Amino acid sequence: MSADTTTSVTTQVYEVYIRATPQAIWDAITSPEWTVKYGYQGAVEYELRPGGAYRAHATPEMQAMGVPDVVIDGVVEEADPPKKLVHTYRFLFSDAMKAEGFTRVTWEIEKAAAGFSRLTVIHELEGAPIMAGMVASRFSEMGTGGWAWILSDLKSLLETGSSM
Amino acid sequence: MNDDRVFKALADATRRYLLDMLFARDGQTLTQLESQLEMTRFGVMKHLRVLEAAGLVVPRWSGREKLHFLNPVPVRLIHNRWIHKYAEHQVSALAELKAELEAKVCRRTRQRA
Repeated sequence: MSADTTTSVTTQVYEVYIRATPQAIWDAITSPEWTVKYGYQGAVEYELRPGGAYRAHATPEMQAMGVPDVVIDGVVEEADPPKKLVHTYRFLFSDAMKAEGFTRVTWEIEKAAAGFSRLTVIHELEGAPIMAGMVASRFSEMGTGGWAWILSDLKSLLETGSSM
Repeated sequence: MNDDRVFKALADATRRYLLDMLFARDGQTLTQLESQLEMTRFGVMKHLRVLEAAGLVVPRWSGREKLHFLNPVPVRLIHNRWIHKYAEHQVSALAELKAELEAKVCRRTRQRA
């Protein structure tokens, strides 16, 4: 493909430097003991091998509002702890979101200078405009929700011991 | 860690315009960005380098093309650290004042009726 200016890029990229080891960041992403402490605070399940299942559960509060128990599902494509994790990602909040199908999330963790690590999230969102709007937090008034909010909360938790 | 770099990067109209361009359409190449600005390729590259150093723009390679992505996380962190801290209290105080005054008006109207 040559310089095609009409192709619309549907990938979103988020990057944050966190004062923590790559292993600490890996654990915070993949273990439910950590994921209940930041962001949407739902417990995750990862079978960390290619073909393994990925599930994110709704919090009891979200379930009380009628959200299904499993709100996000997907399949692990690559797990290389504590450096790289690739899995598909589908929202199950509603039929419309479920119909958008699977997108792909890649987590990259790299050791940086002075005790910091760089965490990059690459979200390939082809054919999923509803999810693209949600993870970019373009629908929420107060700017809560979405990857930027989740990652800043994760940074806060790992660096100060408490989320926001 | 790099608040200074973020503030410095944002303190320039061209660089803010580049961020707005990526907000409107993410993942553009240097050629695409340059075509929308009255500036030399070298000038745009210089500004992009400052944005990259601040983490506001993250480059990714797609084949031979270098795509530029808007990374909103540094802005979010500045919001948490500076804007939320100073603005939230005033906003909530005003919201409380509004609720209190409106409740009073309601009570008075009810008393009159």
